Amino acid sequence: MVSAAPVPGTEEILARVGAVPDPELPMITLADLGVIRAVETAADGAVEVIVTPTFLGCPAMPVIVAGIRDVLAECGHPEGRVRQVLSPAWTTDWIGAEGRRKLAEHGIAPPGESGAPLPVRLGLGVPCPSCGSHATRPQSPFGATRCQSVLVCTACRESFAHFKAV
Amino acid sequence: MPVDLDPDGAEYALRLGDDALVLCQRLCAWVTHAPTIEEDLALSNIALDLLGHARVLLARSGRLDGSGRSDDDLAYRRSERTFRNALLLELPNGDFGMTIARQLVYAVYAGLLYTDLTRSHDTELAGFAGRAAKEVEYHRLHAARWAVLLGRGTAESRRRMQAGVALVWPYAAELFEPDELTQRLAANGTCVSPARLREPWETDVAAVLAEAGLDVPTPSWRATGGRSGLHTEALGPLLAEFRSVYHQYPGGTW
Repeated sequence: MVSAAPVPGTEEILARVGAVPDPELPMITLADLGVIRAVETAADGAVEVIVTPTFLGCPAMPVIVAGIRDVLAECGHPEGRVRQVLSPAWTTDWIGAEGRRKLAEHGIAPPGESGAPLPVRLGLGVPCPSCGSHATRPQSPFGATRCQSVLVCTACRESFAHFKAV
Repeated sequence: MPVDLDPDGAEYALRLGDDALVLCQRLCAWVTHAPTIEEDLALSNIALDLLGHARVLLARSGRLDGSGRSDDDLAYRRSERTFRNALLLELPNGDFGMTIARQLVYAVYAGLLYTDLTRSHDTELAGFAGRAAKEVEYHRLHAARWAVLLGRGTAESRRRMQAGVALVWPYAAELFEPDELTQRLAANGTCVSPARLREPWETDVAAVLAEAGLDVPTPSWRATGGRSGLHTEALGPLLAEFRSVYHQYPGGTW
């Protein structure tokens, strides 16, 4: 006799949904980004994953929603839903240590503390992900995606992406 | 999911959403024409932020007005007369100085407005505003930096920046124009009366202009009409271009 596979509980679903990669920065997961707020059972019995989008109207959101729904279906909840909650607003402070480490490993300088003043003096900048020097300066506050800006390292001359602190 | 109908909330979201959508389309026209490649990226990033704001706000408007229209329905399938954007945002781009002047006027206004809306009794609107205020802060810094660079640059760049400020100034008035809708919304704590943003806006913009060595204009007239659907002749061609792909491939998805 074969026993049925155990039905994943809320904790298990939270872990599996959290492991979904970010479509634009696939080296980090949704859990690393801190966008998954909770997994709940709605009044009608459907499982709901509560998500706070990083940037408003982020083009990656439909892909993220599809990824979460796939996981819900695998967990036995094909009718599961994703609910977007805008308040409190997502902040880069929600990116955990693991997410920051992975960003840096892939050449994207992780965000500093949100609300902190932008560094203006040379030698106090965001550390360069290539050589580690702090002698970096902002080149453009706008980069390849809405969440990134471009910096230049004056030590190794490389330009690099920086996850904007918001 | 059932939604409480809220005609005032729908109309307000439409105004803010149309402001963002129309300015987004104007900024997109700079891509590959901006002075530097970084500026191409900057203006297209700002346009993308505005598109994100427009999508959230228009989707909200379609939900609250009970029509069930999506953000795409409202962006692509609506007559010009039903657009509620302020005239400032549909003005042709002019030169880079004019575009920067408009960016400065709008970003400072949007920053103050969204910061205020974070305290709205409407928690969904407050949530949106909390996020949008952070994004608009980057737009404000961008515009202020350029205004100072151009104002303190060559005689020609100063002349153009000053001309841009003079051109957009009479249109700024519309952003602060109170009417019955905003009076009702202010009364129930959804938003503050736009007129109350005028003074802090003037203080902030005047500080940038002072740093740029530019004069604050004293216009003899003020624009009005956009909030009630009376637009300049510039909006029609803008919408036609914005909708060209949609009209060529109706119902197409990608």
